[in-house]
Amino acid sequence: MPHIQLPEGLPGIRGPMAFSPETAKPLNELANALLQTDEGLSRAERELIATYVSSENDCFFCQTIHGAVASYYWGDENGEFVKAVKENYGLTAISAKLKALLAIAGSVQKGGKQVTPEQVQEARQQGATDKDIHDTVLIAAAFCMFNRYVDGLATWAPENPELYKFRATRIAESGYTADDHYMPK
Amino acid sequence: MAHIQVPEGIPGIRSLVMYRPDTGQHLYALAQALLRNESPLSEAERELMATFVSSLNECNFCAGSHAAAARFLFGSEKELVDQVIADYRTAPISNKLKALLTIAKHVQQDARTVSDELVTEARNHGATDRDIHDTVLIAATFCLFNRYVDGLATLTPTNPEAYEAMGERMGTIGYVMPTQSLNDAIKK
Repeated sequence: MPHIQLPEGLPGIRGPMAFSPETAKPLNELANALLQTDEGLSRAERELIATYVSSENDCFFCQTIHGAVASYYWGDENGEFVKAVKENYGLTAISAKLKALLAIAGSVQKGGKQVTPEQVQEARQQGATDKDIHDTVLIAAAFCMFNRYVDGLATWAPENPELYKFRATRIAESGYTADDHYMPK
Repeated sequence: MAHIQVPEGIPGIRSLVMYRPDTGQHLYALAQALLRNESPLSEAERELMATFVSSLNECNFCAGSHAAAARFLFGSEKELVDQVIADYRTAPISNKLKALLTIAKHVQQDARTVSDELVTEARNHGATDRDIHDTVLIAATFCLFNRYVDGLATLTPTNPEAYEAMGERMGTIGYVMPTQSLNDAIKK
């Protein structure tokens, strides 16, 4: 049961967002600015970074929904690719650049000071720009917030994977909005 | 030196929101809504929570600037800010605020450890749903800001007077996006 009284039937972060619309607005706008763009890093890469950090924080709701969105963009029908990235991205077929950025994201998850000049150097050698590095750090930092918001209030997370798939399609189509219109009718 | 090329001479989060205002504007809007809008927690109490979490995350820029804002807002009681940073359990603050700071500390370490018992303890001391919500989101948000500021190795002033000026600005005008003239004034 959630720690505070939230509107029923809204999964994960959607409950606290309905409870507090004033903070939900900048949170959704931040998610859109960070994730719903292909400038520099693609949407697929951005959602993968979000999923990886949420997995490191062991936040079930966030890693499942963002994992489903990532799978949608990567054409990962059965979710095996995203699962492999979460388990050991070093062994997957993603680019050396994305691997270097995931290493930075992994450091941010542990603490901002864990990011080393060597990690940044490595990312640059693989073609990362300032903007790629910036966006990686901010996506990772933002999910250290989203994950804590969701788990710190003990929000409800549905178990049915099909529901996350459905919601992922809606997110890919219309982005992150304050209204929750992601449930099957 | 910062890991990426941000405007020179501008400290901490400010350099990052100037580097990328399209994300920065939402971060400032979030800080303003959380720390300045209507809440059962006073602005001073909320700045104290931000300071406490930033201090646990060892983010010197955020801890220094929010401590300065909290001191400014607490006025004659400003000494309690340093007492809370040293040990909040023995600081001269209400039991309700102590219970909320314990929740904030758990959010900072691992949000899954915020237990029913911790929440019940806060409620027994008068905390409402809104207090608990705001505490969790403030703690979570500073886990973002601290990582953003340190993850990109932004400029962290060491001069206490620099923070005092920031604290006064945060305590009066709040969180508004930097403008060029304001930044020129700060650099001087």
